[in-house]
Amino acid sequence: MSIELLYILILIIPLITAVGVLLCHKKPNVRETVTIIGGISLLFVVANLALTYDFKEPVTLTLLEPFAGLSLALRLEPLGLVFALVAGFLWPVTSLYAIGYMRAHHEQNQTRFYTAFAISIFATMAIALSANLLTLFLAYEMLTLFTLPLVTHAGTDAARRAGWTYLGILMTTSIGFLLLAIIWTWSLTGTLEFTSGGILAGKAEPAILGGLLVLFVFGTGKAALMPFHRWLPAAMVAPTPVSSLLHAVAVVKAGVFTIMKVSVYIFGIDLISQLDSAYWLSMLAGFTIISASIIAMNKDNLKARLAYSTISQLSYIILAAMLGVASGVMAGSLHIAMHAFAKITLFFCVGAILVSAHKTKVSELDGIGRTMPITMLAFLLASLSIVGLPPLGGSWSKWLLLQATMDAHNMVLLMVLLISSLFNMFYLVGIPLRAFFAKPVDPNYSRGIKEAPTFSLIAILITTAGCLVLFFLVNPAWNLVEQILP
Amino acid sequence: MIHLPVLIVVTPLLAGAISVLLNSRKGAWFITLLTSLFCFYASINLMQMVQETDVLSYTLGGWAAPLGIELRIDALSALMLLILTGSALLVSIYALKSVEKEIPEQNQVLFYTALLMVLAGLIGISVTGDAFNVFVFLEISSLSTYALISLGRDRRALHASYQYLMMGTIGATFILIGIGFMYVMTGTLNMQDLSQRLPAVADTNAIRAAFAFITIGAGIKAAMLPLHQWLPNAYTYSPSVVSTFLAATATKVAVYVMIRFELSLFGAEFSLLQMPFDNILLGLGTVGVLGGSIYAVYQSNVKRMLAYSSIAQIGYILLAIGLASESGFTAALLHIFNHSLIKGTLFMALGLIYFRFASTELSVMSGIGKTMPLTMAAFLIGGLSLIGVPGTAGFVSKWYLVTALLDASLWPLALLILLASVLTLIYIGKVIEVAYFRPVTEGRIRQKVPQTMIVALWIFALSNIYFGLNSDISFGISSLAVNQLIGVTP
Repeated sequence: MSIELLYILILIIPLITAVGVLLCHKKPNVRETVTIIGGISLLFVVANLALTYDFKEPVTLTLLEPFAGLSLALRLEPLGLVFALVAGFLWPVTSLYAIGYMRAHHEQNQTRFYTAFAISIFATMAIALSANLLTLFLAYEMLTLFTLPLVTHAGTDAARRAGWTYLGILMTTSIGFLLLAIIWTWSLTGTLEFTSGGILAGKAEPAILGGLLVLFVFGTGKAALMPFHRWLPAAMVAPTPVSSLLHAVAVVKAGVFTIMKVSVYIFGIDLISQLDSAYWLSMLAGFTIISASIIAMNKDNLKARLAYSTISQLSYIILAAMLGVASGVMAGSLHIAMHAFAKITLFFCVGAILVSAHKTKVSELDGIGRTMPITMLAFLLASLSIVGLPPLGGSWSKWLLLQATMDAHNMVLLMVLLISSLFNMFYLVGIPLRAFFAKPVDPNYSRGIKEAPTFSLIAILITTAGCLVLFFLVNPAWNLVEQILP
Repeated sequence: MIHLPVLIVVTPLLAGAISVLLNSRKGAWFITLLTSLFCFYASINLMQMVQETDVLSYTLGGWAAPLGIELRIDALSALMLLILTGSALLVSIYALKSVEKEIPEQNQVLFYTALLMVLAGLIGISVTGDAFNVFVFLEISSLSTYALISLGRDRRALHASYQYLMMGTIGATFILIGIGFMYVMTGTLNMQDLSQRLPAVADTNAIRAAFAFITIGAGIKAAMLPLHQWLPNAYTYSPSVVSTFLAATATKVAVYVMIRFELSLFGAEFSLLQMPFDNILLGLGTVGVLGGSIYAVYQSNVKRMLAYSSIAQIGYILLAIGLASESGFTAALLHIFNHSLIKGTLFMALGLIYFRFASTELSVMSGIGKTMPLTMAAFLIGGLSLIGVPGTAGFVSKWYLVTALLDASLWPLALLILLASVLTLIYIGKVIEVAYFRPVTEGRIRQKVPQTMIVALWIFALSNIYFGLNSDISFGISSLAVNQLIGVTP
C-alpha cells in the first residue's frame, strides 16, 4: 500500500465509521460493532504506516489548495506518529469502555455520541498528520466543533453552560491568538510548512518573535495553560468516556502536540532557547503545574481532581517544549504517550466507580478496594505512572523531563517537577491506598465484589497493561521520539 | 456577443415591462427566472471576455462618448455582475414559493416587476461608464427597492420603506450634487474623460466638495456607520426574497459606486492620501465592525441580528479599502464576493423559517434543528462562514483581510478584527443553541418545505464551502480588478 493511500485511509476510516454508526441507529449491537471495527481498522492502518514509513524520505499528500501558495496537506513525521499511534490505539479501547459504560448508565442519544466520537477522531488524525499550519488550524477548529456535542451530551443546563465555556475559551483563543499568529508567521516567512529546524529564525526582531511565541502558546487553548484552563474542569460534565478519550487523549493532546510541533518545526529549538518569552512561558507552565496540583488536592469530586491533574500534566509538556533543549522535546513527546495511557486509565476507573458503586467523591471511596479490587489496583498503577515511579511508563518521561531541566540549567523548574511529583503522590496515590486499607465509610461495600461492567473492565485492563508495557518495552517509543530532532 | 453589455442592462428592463403587461403571476415569475438566467449567462461571458481584453467598451446607440453614454466593463464591473446575477438567479428560484406565501396575490405581478427593475438598476450601475447614468440607475433601483420593502407583511414594513426612502433619496441627491460639481468643473460626464480631467482641477473646493458629497451619498446607501439607520428596519420587515437579495447585493453596489468614483475617477492618490479618506474609512470601518457585531448580539429577532451583522461586514469591507494598499483592496473585493454568498445563505434559511412560522423571532426557532434539519444545516454552514471557520468562504476573506492589516503593520487592529469574529460566534451560537439544543416547541412532525427554496438555499450554502476550499476564481478576479483600478489612475 502506498503511503498516500495510508494517509487517506487514516482520514477516511473514522468518517466511514461515523456514517456507519448513523445508519445503524436502530440496531445498537450492530452500531457498536461498527465502531469497534472502525477503531481496529484505523489502528491497523496507523501501525502499517508506522512500520513502512521512512522518515528520511517524507511523503506529502496535498489535498487542496484553498489559497494561492497555501495548501491543505498531510505529511508524517515522528511527533505526529506518536500522536497518531496513541489516538489510534486508544479509540477502540475507549469505544470498548464506552459500550460498557453507556449501557450500564442508560445513557440517551448514544448514536449521536458514537458518531461525534468518530468524527472527532477524524479531526484528531488530521491534526496528527498535518503538514503545515493551515491544515493544523483547520483540523484544530474542526476538533473543537465536533467535540462540542460530546461535551453537552447530557443536555442539562449545566451541560449547556459548560458547552459555552468550552466553545468560548477555545474559539476565542484560537481565532484571536492562534489565527493571528499563523497569519503573522505567513506574512513574515511566506510559508506555513512544518520544517525541520523551524522557519522563523532571523525573520524578525527577537521581540516580535517572542511575542509570536506567546500568541501561539496562548492561542492553543486546548493545552490548558493558565489562565485559559477553565474549559477543562467545565467539560467534566460530559460522560466519562468523553472525558477519558477527549480530555485525556484527543483534545488536550492535540493542544500540547500543537505547541510541541510549533516549537520544533516553526520556531526551531535553537530559536526557542534564545527567546526570553520562552523562559517566561516555561515559568508560567511551572506555575500552572504547582497551582493546578494544589487545586487538585482540594477537590473532593473525582473528575474535578483528575481534571486539574490533567491541567498540571499538560503543563509538563508545555514546559518541556519551552526549555529549548533536545531532551525536552524527547521528554515532552514521550509524555504525550505516557500520560495518555495513565490518565485514560484513571478516568476509566472513575467512570467505573460511578456506574457500579454510584460514587463521585474521594471521601466516599474509603474501603471500596474490597468491592472493586481490579479497578482500584488499576487506579494505583496508573497513579504511580503519573507520579513517575518504575515499573510504570511514566517514569521514563519524568526522568527525561528532569534531565531536560538540568540541560537547560533551570533549577527552579527542576524543583517544581520534584515537588509536583510529591503532590501527585498525595492527591492521586492516596485514593487507592485509602480504598484498600481504610475502613469502609459505606457499609454496603462489604457485600462482595461488584466490579465495573465487563467491557469497561477489559478496557481498564488493556490500558493498565499499556502503562506497564510502556515501561518494559519503551525502546520503540524512545527511538521514535529520538528521531524528532535529527 | 458584442451587444452583451447593453443586453444585460436592457433585458431586465424590458422583462419588467413585459411582466406588467402580461399580468400573470406565474408568468411574471417565469419571466424573472428566464431573465436572471440570461443575465447570469451574460455575466459569465462578460467575465471571460474581460479576462482576455481587459476592458470592454460599448457605446449606446453608436453615439460616441463624451456626448453619448458609454458602457465600460472592467474586471471590477464583471465581478459585481457575477454577484448580482448569481444572487438574482438563486433568488428567482427561491421566489416561486416564497412570494406565493408572503405577498398578497394582487401585488405579486408588481413584485416581480419591481424585482426586475432593481436588478436592471443595479446592473446598470455596475456597467455604466457615464457618471450621470450612475445616478439614473441608482434611482431606478432605489425606487423599486422602496416599493419592494413596503410589500412586507409586517405593518412596520411601510415605515421601514419610508425611512429608507428618506435616507436613500438624500444619499442619491448627494451623489447627484457631487456629479453636478464635477460636471461644472470638467465639462464632461464620461468616467474616462473625468478621470483624465479631474487631476487638473483637483485642488479646488468644488472638487473637494464633490468628493465629500459622493462619498457621503454612497456611504448612506452602503450603510456605513453612522449612516446605517435605515438598514435594520429595511432588512427586518421586508419580504424574505427582498431581504435576501438586498443583503447579497444592494449595499455592495453602493460600495462599488464608492470604489469606482474614488479609485477610477478621483484616483487613489487624491482620494486616499490628499483627502484623508483612508483614516476615515479605517475608523468608520472599525466602528462599524464592532458596533454592528455588538448590536447583533443583543437582538432577539434573528433577521434583525443578521441586519446588524451586515453592517459589521460592510465595516470589514470599508476597513479593507481604508488600508489603501493592493492587498487591502483585494481583500475588500474578495469579501464583497464572499459576503454575498454568506448572507444569501443565511437570509434564505430565515426565509424558510418565516415560511413555516410567520416569524423570525429566536423563540420560535426552538428545536428546529430536528424539525427543519436541512434548513438549519444550511444556516449552520452560513453561520460558520460568517464566523470565519476554516474551510468556508468567510475564512478566505478573513485571512486576506488580516494579512493586509499585518502588511500595514496594524496588528492591534488585526487582533480587534479577530476578536469581532468571537462576537459573531456569540450571536450565531445563540441561534445554533436554540435550534439544536432546546426542545421542540411544536410536534415533531417534519413539515414539508418547498423544494425550490431548499435547492436555492443549498446552492448558496455549498458555494460557501466551494469558494472556501478553492479561492482561485474569487481571488483571481479580485486581483485582476485591483490591478486595473490602481493602474487606471493617471
